[in-house]
Amino acid sequence: MVEQVMVHGAEWTAKELFVYPNEFIYWSIQIVMYPYMTGLVAGAFVLSSLYHVFGQKDLKDMAKFSLVFSLALLPVAMLPLMLHLQQPLRGIEVLFTPHFTSAIAAFGIVFTTYAIIVLSEIWFVYRRYFVEQTMALKGKTGFGDTVRRGIYHVLTLGAYDISPEATAKDHRAVTVLAAIGIPVACFLHGYAGFIFGSVKANALWMSPLMPVIFIMSAVVSGIALCMLTYIIIMEWKKFKAILARGRGDETVTVIAGVEMDVMSKASKYLLGFLVAAITLELLDIIFRGYTAMKSWDILRDVMFHKDFVKIFVLQYGLGNLVPFALLLLPGVTIRRLVVALVLILFGVFMMRWNVVIGGQAFSLSFAGFMHYHLPMIPHSLETYKEGLFGALTVAVTPFVIFWLINKIVPSLKEV
Amino acid sequence: MTCSRRTFLKNAVKGAIAGALPVAAFRLLSPAQARSAVEDASVRWGFLVDTAKCVGCGMCVKACKLENEIPYDAPVTRTWVERYVVTRDGRTHADSPMGARDGFTDRKIHGGEAIDPSEIVKAFFVPKLCNQCDKPSCVQVCPVGATYATGDGIVLVDRSWCIGCGHCIMACPYGVRFFHPVHKVAEKCNFCYHRITKGMKPACVEACPFGARHICNLKDHDDPVTRIILNERVAILKDEYGTKPNVFYLGLDHNVR
Repeated sequence: MVEQVMVHGAEWTAKELFVYPNEFIYWSIQIVMYPYMTGLVAGAFVLSSLYHVFGQKDLKDMAKFSLVFSLALLPVAMLPLMLHLQQPLRGIEVLFTPHFTSAIAAFGIVFTTYAIIVLSEIWFVYRRYFVEQTMALKGKTGFGDTVRRGIYHVLTLGAYDISPEATAKDHRAVTVLAAIGIPVACFLHGYAGFIFGSVKANALWMSPLMPVIFIMSAVVSGIALCMLTYIIIMEWKKFKAILARGRGDETVTVIAGVEMDVMSKASKYLLGFLVAAITLELLDIIFRGYTAMKSWDILRDVMFHKDFVKIFVLQYGLGNLVPFALLLLPGVTIRRLVVALVLILFGVFMMRWNVVIGGQAFSLSFAGFMHYHLPMIPHSLETYKEGLFGALTVAVTPFVIFWLINKIVPSLKEV
Repeated sequence: MTCSRRTFLKNAVKGAIAGALPVAAFRLLSPAQARSAVEDASVRWGFLVDTAKCVGCGMCVKACKLENEIPYDAPVTRTWVERYVVTRDGRTHADSPMGARDGFTDRKIHGGEAIDPSEIVKAFFVPKLCNQCDKPSCVQVCPVGATYATGDGIVLVDRSWCIGCGHCIMACPYGVRFFHPVHKVAEKCNFCYHRITKGMKPACVEACPFGARHICNLKDHDDPVTRIILNERVAILKDEYGTKPNVFYLGLDHNVR
């Protein structure tokens, strides 16, 4: 008895009607996570840049936080790709031997450029803080203090000048970096859309609108996640203040006031980008229906029958329309905001799902369908990597990283 | 000599850029690429399928699996045969169970009701394999250049270099690519490159008892198979993708997907 060899994709693919023998859902949950996580990175950065470049003062409190958060998200944009590769140890070859006709080859360059911009922008924002910390910790003898002083000492990179002229230069550098960062962040995510949009063999993906749609929904999800995390952190602060000083204390009302103020302003930007994202997505569908090319028959079957609930109920209904109404109705409360933000994040996730999995829901023969069954309980490395738990690993990691970075670079305190 | 930190950093950046430039130039003008660009190759492999002669026995699929070490019971294959049944009501029924490795022994299609023979207006078999395109989209999208076209027109995969991202599988409009279940890298038909470069025929051509499959050198106009492609009315699959395939079909029906 020969051991049964497992074909990649056979585990979670169910075929219906005429599907070519070699067709399986090769791009699974991690490829859903990949544009989702990259989108969050890009979105968080764009949010912080709105303050740094365009001087949107109302976003000042969010700016620092979302900048650091986009750094925490950055390594996680790579993680799903690594979990997806059949040969993860060779993944580094994309950086070393890029083949430039491939959209993925640009990844190394764009990603590295972007990482450098984010890191240097954070450095310029926090340089003064690093210097102050090094000074403040001087002479302290405790182990923790020595280690911290060592870290800050290294982080200053030897630049100790915090005269007004020097800090003014820092500010200019931040503005310039943030300005360069916006197109790079858009490119980082636009090219993720390009990877899909340029697959001419796939009738659902192939669209020049794809990169733009991806950028818009990226900004939407990035802003939503930053707002949500901000609310959670502020609520925690408020809770601590209540415990320490009682409910009626002035600090509690101050925190609540600041929180509501920042949120109502940020939600305006969120709404703007949401409208742009939905408009483009609907335009794409309408255009496909109107031109009704060869693939339209099968696409219509997928959209309006097989995946109707996922696309129109979960993505457009629950993920777009409901939060849209929740944000627009007067008298917004934090609680209602939280519901709206969670739904928006869910909606963008469903959009990624419907693009990635939906694009493989029909055969290249246009005469058959494939159904995806997400592996829940892992029983092999593959079903962990490309299953529910692999996706959860990817989703949780940025928060762990953010917690670690925040120990060194406090993004939530006034510096 | 004094060297301030600023000067040092400036020079370091300049040095890194200057160092990276020649590397990039090498990439653009690799010797192999340069050679293949100027080389006057006398061979361009092509393939001819005579659909009228195919009976769907699946001998080609069997032979291919054994020759190219594709696990026999894995539901993936480098070549396969499709069955098309067009019924009186104008509907087309198509299938390819296990890629037709064991032929078509069942009248039922997709496990449904067996089709009443009196309802059938036409039925035929169509073998499929890699089209070794002139403009292969799989080669275009490979992020590391692990898949490439040889000078004589065959698209190959370097098993030691493929990272297994699956972009090539997604990019192929013909669905000929898959992940090799053992090697865990992209896998595809290469017209049995190890055989044709030694003067032999591909395993599927050798195994076909009815002469439905032929290999040829498209640059040799005296090649009898090439002459059929030149002189007869032949068709290609999915030309709308602009991949310029090199597998030609005699008697291709419009129902073929």
